[in-house]
Amino acid sequence: MAIIAVTGYAIAANEHIVIQKDKHFSVKILTVKVGDWVSFKNDDAFFHNVFSLSDAQSFDLGSHGQGQARRVQMAKEGTVDIECAIHPEMKMQIKVMK
Amino acid sequence: MKNKILMATVFAFSVTTLPLVAGESLPATGKAPLASYLRPHAVPAPEDNKPTAVRVELGKALFFDPRLSGSNTISCATCHNPAFGWSDGLPTGVGHGMKPLTRATPTILNTAYNAILMWDGRKKSLEDQALGPIEADVEMNQDIPGLLKKLDALEGYRDLFKKAYPGEGISPATVAKAIASFERTIVSTDSPFDRWARGDQKAVTADVKRGFAVFEGKGNCTACHQGFNFTDYGFHNIGVKDVGDKPDEGRYTQRKLPSLKGAFKTPTLRDVALTAPYMRNGLYKTLEEVVDHYDRGGDLKENLSANIKPLNLDPQEKADLVAFMKSLTGRPVSVTIPLLPMH
Ligand code: HEC
Ligand code: HEC
Ligand SMILES: [Cu+2]
Repeated sequence: MAIIAVTGYAIAANEHIVIQKDKHFSVKILTVKVGDWVSFKNDDAFFHNVFSLSDAQSFDLGSHGQGQARRVQMAKEGTVDIECAIHPEMKMQIKVMK
Repeated sequence: MKNKILMATVFAFSVTTLPLVAGESLPATGKAPLASYLRPHAVPAPEDNKPTAVRVELGKALFFDPRLSGSNTISCATCHNPAFGWSDGLPTGVGHGMKPLTRATPTILNTAYNAILMWDGRKKSLEDQALGPIEADVEMNQDIPGLLKKLDALEGYRDLFKKAYPGEGISPATVAKAIASFERTIVSTDSPFDRWARGDQKAVTADVKRGFAVFEGKGNCTACHQGFNFTDYGFHNIGVKDVGDKPDEGRYTQRKLPSLKGAFKTPTLRDVALTAPYMRNGLYKTLEEVVDHYDRGGDLKENLSANIKPLNLDPQEKADLVAFMKSLTGRPVSVTIPLLPMH
């Protein structure tokens, strides 16, 4: 499977799916393990742009439209604050555990 | 676990096979129940600054008082003038020493509902915003300690502060809270569109109804202008040309993300017919020019929002869209200018 080749965490890695709908993330706090993937799927009719500027991990998944998903692998232990660049009211946290 | 990985694979697959190609048509979007466009009854206010009549009275005096400026000639209402829909009718504001600012004065209508303020979103609340223009050398050019001294010298203000914020004194915090309390009373009033949204079929003409259909449909305006206040409180680059020679980076000055270069906060469309000229730099004089902007898919293509693309509207659709926006003008409110404390 593609994911095995990409991650190298085939055995332990999980993928968690977060939905973006009505300018909200489907969960406020998501707990995952180091190496897990989080996929952000856009169920709204307009664009979203997930990013984080947290010390634990920073990334910018760019803007993605309806039906699209963007994923990120959680690399380090810590709390990662997630926001949408387009809609600053959209916020959530990912707690990354060992 | 296996299931989850399988699902993940499907997702990973869909990401790589469904990239958005520029020019690809977006799904038909943006239809919301008419009732969702009605103003919520309650105006939100923070726990430690619930509005009272005397807080609003004090805030109104401060808002209209030019002595809040270093020159004693510029008040908040100089730029946020009720006679111009709480804006100034100018392409960009004019501040201390008659110097033009780089950005247009937005209306303060319905800012009570905003979770984020200014074209670039640099302020979080009305309280957080209120002292900014007083201190800014390009706006009112008045240092805060100096202002507190001026206010404290006037018995009228001392009384009002005592009644409005007992025990809190005349402080930067109470000045900001009072101004914010007044601003929370500046809310949109019933418009023909609202009467239609509540079920009165005769409240608007056929062109308004057709224009609203374009707004939600072919025009894709509701990708950004959503809900009762016709804004998503979000930031987008819609390809508006800069006026000066220095490009305004907008939201990017606050958040260094590529998609935010040239992105600005979606403005409300309530009373929009009263607040020309339009856009953060006052580039367009009329709503017709604004519609033409969207129809051609904006002018600057660099970093343009994917929700902006040529619309191919016919002249009727354009006129209908303008008629719809004009139906968002509320019932006129007369504003009494307060008598200011003289002693
Ligand atoms: C010289 C003109 C001028 C004066 C005086 C002025 N403003 Fe403004 N105001 C502006 C401009 C221009 C902006 C937008 C600036 C930006 O976004 O960078 C603005 C933005 C605002 C906003 C944010 C609106 C929104 O939708 O985000 C509020 C609220 C506001 N002003 C309130 C006030 C108050 C209160 C005062 C008096 C203490 C005041 N202003 C004085 C020009 C002025
Ligand atoms: C991608 C988001 C987006 C879409 C789609 C969109 N707008 Fe806007 N609108 C904005 C932003 C952001 C601004 C301010 C941009 C600037 O000044 O650079 C704006 C400004 C305006 C203004 C000027 C308001 C003022 O007070 O200056 C009007 C009127 C307007 N839009 C109407 C429309 C109409 C009609 C449509 C559909 C044809 C539409 N918008 C589609 C985001 C959007
Ligand atoms: Cu978003």
